[in-house]
Amino acid sequence: MKNLFLGCLVVTVMGLAFWAYTENYATKNALDEIAQLNEDIVLAHSRLRVLNAEWAYLNRPDRLLQLVNANFDDLRLLQLTSDHFARLEQIPYPGPDLGPITEPIEVMNRAKSP
Amino acid sequence: MIRKPLRPLARIFSARSLGEDSNLIEHANRRERVEIEYERILRKTQRRLIMMGGIFIISFGIVGMRMTALAVSEPSEPKARATASHVLASRADIIDRNKRILATNIETHSLYAHPQQVIDPAATARQLSKIFPDINAIEMEARLSGANKFLWLKSAISPEEKQAVHDIGDPGLLFGAREMRLYPNGQLAGHILGGTTFGEQGVHSAEVLGVAGVEKAFDDFLRDPKLNGKPLQLSIDLSVQSALERVLYGGMRLMNAKAASAVLMEVHTGEILALSSLPDFDPNNRPHMLTEGDQADDPLFNRAVQGVYELGSVFKTFAVAQAMELGLVAADTMIDTKRFRWGKYSIKDFKNYGPELTVEKVLVKSSNVGTARLSQMIGDENQKTFLNKLGLLAATSIELVEGPTGKPQYPSNWSEISTMTISYGHGISTSPVHLAAAYSAIVNGGTLVKPTVVKQTVPHIGERIISQKVSMRMRSILRHVVTEGTASYGEVPGYSVAGKTGTADKPSIHSGYQKDKVLATFASFFPSNDPKYVLILTLDEPEDRTQSKPRRTAGWTAVPVAAEMIRRVAPLLGLAPEIEISPQNGLTLANN
Repeated sequence: MKNLFLGCLVVTVMGLAFWAYTENYATKNALDEIAQLNEDIVLAHSRLRVLNAEWAYLNRPDRLLQLVNANFDDLRLLQLTSDHFARLEQIPYPGPDLGPITEPIEVMNRAKSP
Repeated sequence: MIRKPLRPLARIFSARSLGEDSNLIEHANRRERVEIEYERILRKTQRRLIMMGGIFIISFGIVGMRMTALAVSEPSEPKARATASHVLASRADIIDRNKRILATNIETHSLYAHPQQVIDPAATARQLSKIFPDINAIEMEARLSGANKFLWLKSAISPEEKQAVHDIGDPGLLFGAREMRLYPNGQLAGHILGGTTFGEQGVHSAEVLGVAGVEKAFDDFLRDPKLNGKPLQLSIDLSVQSALERVLYGGMRLMNAKAASAVLMEVHTGEILALSSLPDFDPNNRPHMLTEGDQADDPLFNRAVQGVYELGSVFKTFAVAQAMELGLVAADTMIDTKRFRWGKYSIKDFKNYGPELTVEKVLVKSSNVGTARLSQMIGDENQKTFLNKLGLLAATSIELVEGPTGKPQYPSNWSEISTMTISYGHGISTSPVHLAAAYSAIVNGGTLVKPTVVKQTVPHIGERIISQKVSMRMRSILRHVVTEGTASYGEVPGYSVAGKTGTADKPSIHSGYQKDKVLATFASFFPSNDPKYVLILTLDEPEDRTQSKPRRTAGWTAVPVAAEMIRRVAPLLGLAPEIEISPQNGLTLANN
């Protein structure tokens, strides 16, 4: 009985040791993965910052104005002035949708006309 | 183990046969047995002590080794606690009211040298001077050959420069990571942003510190790691700021002015949508402070915030508003405008407007005498209290580090003559931002606003300065200044501009005023029937030379520039033009 108990104890200790070993390595792997992810995040953030900075630099008002002037023949963009505003009543109200004409009515018979 | 008997029969018998005492044998054996037992216990105890000593030595050895390892190793963050907050621990961005980037960071490199590892100092110095024109080859060679173990060469270099230094191929030249502040819009809003510099520098990183403008005023906010990179949102509108700067620069050149400033403010919140001071600078490459000549000509000097000037007739608005608020006069009350003397001073107008004018005409024609008479009715104490309530006697609370330096100047002894001159803007010096906030308060319905460059999320209703009724009356009087008074060039079709001009002679360095040098100001707001924005435009020493005689008054110089500015900026602000309803003769509009 005593031997059986001791045997069980030894097996349990070995099992726990194996579990602790695998957990330890799983944790280390997870930490390495977090570190790698953090590095990726840092890189992604720095890439994003550079892209944002480039976007802001390329869209700076001075450059846009130069581009507008250089491409005036194609784009015909003008500065926004007060003439570009319209009142609501100046916009024509859209008429009712007539739908497709399925039954055309002949109002003039060209064949019989002199 | 076979125990030895105490009384072995063979020895007992032989002892008995010899006549000896057999008990002695037993005693001897018993003694021997006890001695053996003592010996065993002693060995066991010694073994235990040795084992305990061994455990102690091993345990303390482990602790000691761990302590040594900790002491000699480089500290590093525990992996399990490396969260994203560390990732974003860099200076926060600054964005405009529409979330467009005004300031951000980019990663660059610093260049440093370990002179003892430099193989050929002369060739290295020569090649460095080719890459960086500001490096002197001879001086650099001396530095690289010196006894120093470490040298900073450049705090931030571009990727192209880094590659060029790499190509030199000297092992003594090394790079460190650097985060650099970038203002992608260049000079735009340079005075608001201010600029940054490097603080404490290490090989791997460096502190980025604000040196002026919002960068310094919000340094703690921008560097706070707890905020996790939350950007600072300003009230500035990038498109409006760009249009305003462009028109201001054009106007300054056209009017031959040496400097100019403009402030565009939202009348209800005090938010500054655009602020410019010319000459300006690029915060990416902040110039050094001017060490010779007039400090006021320094591009770093923010005229709109730091510059306090006698702004002239634009102050008349406050005298008229206060007189009406106190119930001393109405818009149609007649005021004596005959020139008069007060002590050794003579109070007179630019030209003779006749013996008397209505209060409205005093402002429309800009009569110094009429305003001085109004100030006499108001009294010095009342005037001082009113100007103080408007915030014209203390530095503004604008969130730029330069704000507190723009402290108004006024006479310590507020005498009766001071009251009179201050009523038409002489004897008191304020900044354009002060004026913008005060005009906002007068025309927004009468409540105080505090100038701010940070986007406001909740409305603040300030202290009441004048009644709604007086505010409405002031709007209509100031509209008449444009339609029939000194600011006739201020008319912008569709935007019903109103405002007041001010032309102040510039004080001389010695005493008195300079004859041909003026500061022309136009304090305007639009649309006049429901004001949304106040625009203060100031030109320093303008001169319209298109005519035979140069014209310097604000009506000829500041007003046309401001009108062009409003024409450009108002559509960008989303203000639709309005057709003004002209008053019909004898008819009153009424509902059924």
